[in-house]
Amino acid sequence: MSFVEYLASRWDNLLETSVEHAEVVLLSLAIAALIGVTLGVLTYRRPAAAQTVLAVASAVLTIPSFALFGLLIPVLGLGYTPTVVALSAYAVLSILRNTIVGLRSVDPAVTESAKGMGFSNWQQLTKIELPLAWPVILAGIRVSALLILGIAAIAAYVNGPGLGGDIFSGLSRIGGANALNLVLGGVLGIVLLALIFEAAFVLLGRLTTSRGIS
Amino acid sequence: MIRLENLSKTFPGQSEPAVERLSMEIYEGEIVVFVGPSGCGKTTTMKMINRIIEPTSGRIFIEGEDVTQADPDKLRRRIGYVIQQIGLFPHMTIADNIATVPRMLGWDKKRISERIDELLETVGIEKSYRGRYPKELSGGQRQRIGVARALAADPPIMLMDEPFGAVDPINRERLQDEFLRLQSEIKKTIVFVTHDIDEAIKMGDRIAILRDRSAIAQYDTPERILTDPADAYVEDFIGSGASLKRLSLSRVRDIEMADWPVARLSNSHDVVREKLRRSGKEYVLLLDGQERPKRWVGADDVALDSVPLASAGWPAVAIVEESSSLYDTLDTMITSYKGSAIVVDERSRYLGVVDFERVLAAIETMRPHNEGQPARGGA
Ligand SMILES: Nc1ncnc2c1ncn2[C@@H]1O[C@H](COP(=O)(O)OP(=O)(O)O)[C@@H](O)[C@H]1O
Ligand SMILES: [Mg+2]
Repeated sequence: MSFVEYLASRWDNLLETSVEHAEVVLLSLAIAALIGVTLGVLTYRRPAAAQTVLAVASAVLTIPSFALFGLLIPVLGLGYTPTVVALSAYAVLSILRNTIVGLRSVDPAVTESAKGMGFSNWQQLTKIELPLAWPVILAGIRVSALLILGIAAIAAYVNGPGLGGDIFSGLSRIGGANALNLVLGGVLGIVLLALIFEAAFVLLGRLTTSRGIS
Repeated sequence: MIRLENLSKTFPGQSEPAVERLSMEIYEGEIVVFVGPSGCGKTTTMKMINRIIEPTSGRIFIEGEDVTQADPDKLRRRIGYVIQQIGLFPHMTIADNIATVPRMLGWDKKRISERIDELLETVGIEKSYRGRYPKELSGGQRQRIGVARALAADPPIMLMDEPFGAVDPINRERLQDEFLRLQSEIKKTIVFVTHDIDEAIKMGDRIAILRDRSAIAQYDTPERILTDPADAYVEDFIGSGASLKRLSLSRVRDIEMADWPVARLSNSHDVVREKLRRSGKEYVLLLDGQERPKRWVGADDVALDSVPLASAGWPAVAIVEESSSLYDTLDTMITSYKGSAIVVDERSRYLGVVDFERVLAAIETMRPHNEGQPARGGA
C-alpha cells in the first residue's frame, strides 16, 4: 500500500489519534502554565528564590524523556497519568522563565503609579503586571507547546495516548507491511498539529493582548 | 491640612537617615513646593505622605487624623499622585486610565464617563482621545492625562514629584501655566517636588527650601524667600538675579499705571489735535469702538485732515494684559519702540500705560527692609 492509499484508508483513525495527542498536550500545558505562572509570580521579586526554581525546572528538562517516562512507571504505572506528569514537568521551564522575565520587565513607574493610586498588591498583579507581562508569558507557553508536542510521542513507551503509538509500532516491525506508513502517518500528524498550534497561538496572542502594548 | 511630625526615614542597610526629624505644616488649598539639591530627600519626604515609603518614625496627620497607621490603599485613593515618568498604564485606553480610581471607589458607569469627559476638557485634550492608548500620545499629552488621572476622584490632596521634569522647556512653561490656572479653580492642597528654583518660585504659594536629610532651610512664601533669604544656603540656592525673579511674581495690575491721553478712531482730526495740545504730551493713543488700543499719533501725524486716523501715526504694539508679570512687561517694553507698554484687560480693552519709571519704582519697594538684621531660622 502506498502512503497515499494508507492515508485514504486510515485517515479517520489517524485523526482520532491526533486529537488524543493534542488533548494530552493541551492538558499538560494547562497544568504547566498554572505551575509556571504561579511559581513565577511568587518568586519574581526574590532573586534567590527565582534562581532556585529556575535551576530545578532546567534540571528536569535535561532528563532524557525515555528515562523520565521509565522512572515514572513504578510510581504512576502506565497510561495517561505518567504521560501528563512528564509532559507538564518538561513544559514548566520556559513558562516559568518567561513569567519571571515578563513581570520583571514591567516599567517600575507603572507599578509605582498603580500603588500610588491605591491598588492592593493583588490588584496590581492581576490588573497591571500580568496583563503587561502576558505577551512574554504566552511566548513561553508556545515554546513549551512545541517542545511537548514532540516529546508526547515518546509517551507510547508507557502506553500513553497519542500519535506515538503508531510511530512505535511501525518502528518495532520495520520492513513489515505498512510499517513505514505507520511511522510517516504519526510524524505527519505531529507536524500538522505543530502548525495548527502555531496558528492558534498567533490568533490567541492577537485576541488577548491589548492594542496598547502590541 | 497635612501635618508632618518628626518624620524620619532611614533606608534598610544605611547608617545615615535620608530624612531626619522633619516637622512641617502644609496648608489647605496651597501649592507647597519642596525644592533642594538632588538627593536631599524631597522624594522620600513626599512618598512618606502617601506611605509609598513607610516612615521609620514620626507621624503624619491629614485633616487632623493620624494616618500613620491607616490602611495605605484607602489612604492613597484620597491622594492624587503624579510622578515624573507619569506611569500611565500602557495596556489601558486613556479613558480607562482616568477611570482607575473612580472604579475602585465603586462609582457608577455614567458618572465615571461624565467625569472622564469633564477631565479631558479640563486638561485640554479632545474627547476623541478617550479610546486611544498612551503610546499614541505626545509627551505633553501624556503628562496632561497623568494629571487628569490623579484628579479623577477629586482627591483633596495631590502629590506631584517633578511632574513637568521630563518635558521640553516650551511645553513645560505651558503645562505650568495651565496647571496654575486649573489650581486657581480647584484649590487642591498640593505638595510639589522640584529641584528647579525657578519652577518653585513660579508654582509655589509656599516654598520649603531643603538641605540634606530634608532639613528645612527656609519655609516661606516665594516673595519672602526672594526678598529675605534666611541664610547663605538659601541665598546660594536662589542664585543670582533674585530681584529679577521677584519681578516674575508681581503683576502689572499691582503697580500704578499712568493715565495717557486717548482719543477714538471715530473722532475728528480737530478733536485729536485738541487732546494733544491740552495734554502736553507728544502722542495720544487712539482706541477703536471696543476700546482696544490701535494707533499712536503725534501732532505731525494728524496735521493733514486728508490722512485718515486709522492709518495715521504707527500701530499700537507692546501691549500686555493686566495679569502679566512685571518680568514679561519689562521684556515687552525693552523690545518696544517707545519704551512703554499699554495695559489692557482680558478682553483687550485699554486700561493704562506703564513705563520704565513705574516699574523701577515697583522694584524699589521690593528691596529687603531688614538689612542689618540677623538672618531668620527656618519657619
Ligand atoms: N529606596 C531607597 N533605598 C535606599 N536609599 C534610598 C532609596 N530612595 C532614596 N534613597 C536615598 O535617600 C536619599 C534621598 O533620596 P531622594 O528622596 O530620592 O532625594 P531627592 O528626591 O531630593 O533627589 C538619597 O541619598 C538616596 O540615595
Ligand atoms: Mg526626587
